[in-house]
Amino acid sequence: MSQMTATSLTVNGKRQTVTAHPDTPLLWVLREQLKLTGTKFGCGVGQCGACTVHVDGQPTFSCLRPISTLAGANVTTIEGLSPTSSHPLQKAWVAEQTPQCGYCQSGQIMRAAALLKDNPRPSRDEIVAHMKTNICRCGSYRRIIASIERAVKEG
Amino acid sequence: MSYLTRDPLSGIGSKASGTGRRNDARSNIDALTEAASMDTITSNNTGMNRREFLKTGAGLAIGFVVGPNLLMQAVEVQAAAAGAQVSAWLHIATDGTVSIMLPSSEMGQGIMTTLPLMLAEELDADWSKVKVVQAHVDGVFNNPVHFNVQGIGGSRSVRGYWPIMRLAGGQARYVLLVNAAQRWGVPVEQCATLPGKVIHQASSREMSYGEIAAFAKVPADMPQLTEKDLKDPSQWRLIGRDVPRVEVPTKVNGTAVFGIDVQLPGMLYASIQRPPVATCPYPIYNDGAENGPVSVDDTEAMKIEGVVKVVMLPHGVAVIGSDYWATVKGKRALKVEWRKGSLGSKYQTEEKLQEYGALASDTTKKGRSLAPWNTGDADTAFKGAAKVVSALYLNDHVHHACMEPFNGTGWLRNGELDLWVPTQGQTWARDVGNKITGVAKEKIRIHTPLLGGGFGAKVEQIFTGEAAMLAKAVEGKPVKIIWSREDDIKHGAYRPATAQFMRAAVTADGKVTAWSHRVAGDSVFLRSRKFAWDKLQGFDGIVAVGVSTAYDIPAKHHEYLYQESGIAVGYWNAIGNGYTLFAIESFMDELAVALGKDPLALRLELMKEKRSRVVLEEVARMAQWDRKRPEGRALGLAYNIGGEWNAPIAEIVEVSLDKATGAIKVHKVWAAIDPAVAVQPKHLTQQIETGIIWGLSAALRERITIKDGQVQESNFYDYPVPRMDEIPEIEIKLVDSGVVQPSGAGQIGVPPMAPAIANAVYRLTGVRLRAIPMLPARVKMAMEEGGAKFA
Repeated sequence: MSQMTATSLTVNGKRQTVTAHPDTPLLWVLREQLKLTGTKFGCGVGQCGACTVHVDGQPTFSCLRPISTLAGANVTTIEGLSPTSSHPLQKAWVAEQTPQCGYCQSGQIMRAAALLKDNPRPSRDEIVAHMKTNICRCGSYRRIIASIERAVKEG
Repeated sequence: MSYLTRDPLSGIGSKASGTGRRNDARSNIDALTEAASMDTITSNNTGMNRREFLKTGAGLAIGFVVGPNLLMQAVEVQAAAAGAQVSAWLHIATDGTVSIMLPSSEMGQGIMTTLPLMLAEELDADWSKVKVVQAHVDGVFNNPVHFNVQGIGGSRSVRGYWPIMRLAGGQARYVLLVNAAQRWGVPVEQCATLPGKVIHQASSREMSYGEIAAFAKVPADMPQLTEKDLKDPSQWRLIGRDVPRVEVPTKVNGTAVFGIDVQLPGMLYASIQRPPVATCPYPIYNDGAENGPVSVDDTEAMKIEGVVKVVMLPHGVAVIGSDYWATVKGKRALKVEWRKGSLGSKYQTEEKLQEYGALASDTTKKGRSLAPWNTGDADTAFKGAAKVVSALYLNDHVHHACMEPFNGTGWLRNGELDLWVPTQGQTWARDVGNKITGVAKEKIRIHTPLLGGGFGAKVEQIFTGEAAMLAKAVEGKPVKIIWSREDDIKHGAYRPATAQFMRAAVTADGKVTAWSHRVAGDSVFLRSRKFAWDKLQGFDGIVAVGVSTAYDIPAKHHEYLYQESGIAVGYWNAIGNGYTLFAIESFMDELAVALGKDPLALRLELMKEKRSRVVLEEVARMAQWDRKRPEGRALGLAYNIGGEWNAPIAEIVEVSLDKATGAIKVHKVWAAIDPAVAVQPKHLTQQIETGIIWGLSAALRERITIKDGQVQESNFYDYPVPRMDEIPEIEIKLVDSGVVQPSGAGQIGVPPMAPAIANAVYRLTGVRLRAIPMLPARVKMAMEEGGAKFA
């Protein structure tokens, strides 16, 4: 009998059925089966936020979320944030030239997008408190803050 | 402008050509490192038969043959005879698109923009029509200041390619000018260029580069340009302006392709179970078998659906499968017996540091004299000194923890090998592929995706080696190895742990007459650049980098004491300079205290080098060095000449201390740097800023602890790196000295942080911290031992 099971979920608005070991983290399903490699592997233990996606609107560490728990779920990845890469955060990220190596930035943007959805006018302290789950090893933090503030201002 | 994300299958069956020859260029590199670079790796210049050409289509493809003294000869690639073998650097399409090869690796330092921009400047290209193409490994792309190989480390891209890219652009511009002039029947001297076009003002004619490319030929009597034929800085249109980085838009929408993102048809995945003892072999010299598997029981692993093969490697056991998670499960199900008793398995960081300390402090023990950096007769000066000031400094190992863990994809088929590796060393990656698979170098293609952080870690070739080993194990199919974060933390090539003994001889009237700096630790060169170690007879320019100072002291002596540890030590952000500067600049403050002088005043008194004086004075102005701080706050200063980086920098920090916990807090950092030519000023400032954050973290917190050869840390929860709520205010000023020289600024922000913080803590408390990281427990212990002023 197969050890792998099928799960149906919606990813970036598209219905998908994937077959995997039930404990396979969503991260690897996104990256390998759905070829959505914008979501990154950083630590595997929910410590760095590089794998952040939205599950039913909530920012989620996809490295910790077994695929078997996601039947019927609605997942949004960086690729699905905006069809034209024109989300205010994406525009601000480019305007501020925020990424250095850029590996963590999908997760940073998805994390920030969840913040702005709930709190369209966050203070600097609120930004920092919300974003400190996500590591940028290059250290681009000051520009991440500036980008979020710009997105708030420019919309 | 844009950049090309390569079709992973490209390059197969591309046109054949030969090699461009280049003689080593002289540059402002430390003489010793250069000596190691010269002709030691000439095999890299043998090149390959198979070339990755720019996708030419119609238009003009130009390669360059580089002769002695960097005279460059432009050669039209498609017309090049078999004897004049070149690989294209540049292609101008009939629609005006200018494609420029990127010979280096983009890892967040912005090089994918900076280097092509230098060529585009002299070509007078229209930047909006520039396309950047990642170069394959080829001798013509070697970096003359980086071991004369293709690869990057030591902030050497801009310095290495500054003459090459600009001369190439100048030569190509000349080709366009000559062709336009001929077509118009006017003397070439009457023609000029504007971005993307040649103009003839007298007849009000102009022709776009694309139009010229349709008919242009490289003239047979092409003159060789030199630096003096290039633009005066006042004519620059791109250098020194802030140009948006070409790859940034791909980094905000998930389309950027990092090493780990490579996708190939029918690709397999792999995980490796690694030994308990820290094991990061450098595959050219070592296979890690001393800690490797003796036997494996893979019964349970093979029962996991998706696992297709278990392979014994010298240094670990690989599980190969149809998806990555299956291989992780398979790895966890393995039962492995590991080899015991290696030198590394006996390693204890704390004991080793004590050993290094005893060795460094015992001046009867002689090490390798770093003769080129020594001046005067230090021995005699110490004997005649009224007073000798001395101090011992220690530093633990630290780790890179790149956000993108090591990974690599290999595909061996039909006797040819493709490797997709996020590498800082393309030439070395090819050599590793050759060594492991036996595939001839000219049949190996190295593809360089983006690097999710490098910091010197990705100079290592173990992941390339593993991709090659696994490709061999599943010949015919592509396979990708991905390291777990735990693999990354526990099996790194850490920054060396060292002890440094500093001494200064002082006369009765307070003059510093001699300086001695002894560094004890394991060697990076012996492990990973043995050719350099052999050539330099035991000198390690990585471990001891930065010991040479600009202070005007009549006698200076520097020495390196090598001790083998069995644990891999490697490159890091600013490598040895991170701790050598901690010792030098902490000791300068200790010396100031001994002489009863202000730390800034002593530095300026001993500093004749003009650019250094300017950054010291500037940072003091920025921070208002003489202004009294509120109770509980103090300033600390550190300065770095920057050696081969050619970018003196000074930093001041403002700190406070939690007396109850021993935790140091840095509130504000000021930095003044003279980068000579800032090719991209805003981006350069970002590099300094994030270097400061690295330096802060390494100074206060980061530590790899090894017991019985086993790394005690596992992941970000016990190897914490800075988060957003821990970043101080940072103010940076670029000082323009008008010096027109290239520099390397990627790492230079890092080293001054540790000594500046230690110096500030001393000024706050009267307690001297001589070990990094300055962990709260260490600070408390130092307070208890010597906290006279601290109550």
